[in-house]
Amino acid sequence: MDSQENNHILSYTKLAIILGILLILTGITVAVSYRDLGFFNVPMALAIACTKVTFVLLFFMHLKYEGPIINLSFIGTISFLFIMIGFTFWDVAFR
Amino acid sequence: MNNRIDKTGIKIGMWLFLYSEIILFGGLFVLYAVYFYKYPEFFSEGGKELNRVIGAANTIVLLVSSFTVAASITAIQRKAKKQAIAFLVFSILCGIIFLVNKYFEWGAKIHHDIYPNSETLVSGEPGLNIFFGLYYVITGLHGLHVIVGMTLLSISLILVMAGKVTESSYSMLENSGLYWHLVDLIWIFVFPLFYLVL
Repeated sequence: MDSQENNHILSYTKLAIILGILLILTGITVAVSYRDLGFFNVPMALAIACTKVTFVLLFFMHLKYEGPIINLSFIGTISFLFIMIGFTFWDVAFR
Repeated sequence: MNNRIDKTGIKIGMWLFLYSEIILFGGLFVLYAVYFYKYPEFFSEGGKELNRVIGAANTIVLLVSSFTVAASITAIQRKAKKQAIAFLVFSILCGIIFLVNKYFEWGAKIHHDIYPNSETLVSGEPGLNIFFGLYYVITGLHGLHVIVGMTLLSISLILVMAGKVTESSYSMLENSGLYWHLVDLIWIFVFPLFYLVL
C-alpha cells in the first residue's frame, strides 16, 4: 500500500472547470481565426493551443502532481522537440 | 511483500512511450512548418477547403471525452464503480462520434477528387498537393491513435466491470487515460494548423 503516495484525487468540479476553460479557449481560437492578424495568425493560434495543452497536461494528465522523474523527463522531451523544430526552421529560413 | 507492484514504474514506462509519440508527431509538424513556410498561400487556400464546423465539433468531442476519462479515474479512486463505467462508456462513444465525423469529412474530400495521388492534386499546384498529403498523413495517423485509444479504454472498461481495476490498483485505467489525453493533445495542435490557417 506504500506505493499510493502521489494519489492525488481531482474533484469533478475542478475537472469541469478545466473543461470549461478548454472549451472557452477553443471558442477563442475559432473566433480569432476569422480575423486576419497578418503575421500573427500562426503565432496566435499556436499560443492558444499551447495554453490548452498546458491545462490538459497539468490537470487531466496529473503532471502537476507527479514526481520529479516524470516532470523532468517531460521537460527534456519538450526541449528536444523545440531543438528539432527550431533548428530545422532556422536552417530552412536562412538558407 | 515480494510481489509488490511498482505503480510509479508503470507510469514512468507509459510516459516514456508517450515521449516517443510526441516526437513522432513532432517530426510531422516539422514537415508541416517547413512546407507552410514554403507555400503559405496554398496552405491557407487548402485550409479554407476543410470544414471548420466538423473540425470544431471534433475538438469539442475530444475535449469532453478527455474530461470524462479523467473523471472516471476520480470515480475509481472514490470507489464509485458505476460512475466510472458510465464515464468510460461515454468516452468510448465520443471516440466513435469523432471517427464518424472523420469518415464524413474524408468522404466529402475524396468525393471532390481530393485524396493522395488524385488527378486534381497531382496535376494541380504542388503546394496544395503537399497540404492535403500532410492532412491525410497527420489526421490519418491521429485517427489510428483514436482507434488504439478506444481499444485501450474498452479493455479498461471490461477490467473495471470485472473488478480487476479498483481504487487500490488502477494503473491500466490510468495509462489508457494518459494515452487518450495524448490523442487529445495532438488534436489540439492539428485543429488550428489545418482548419484555421488563414
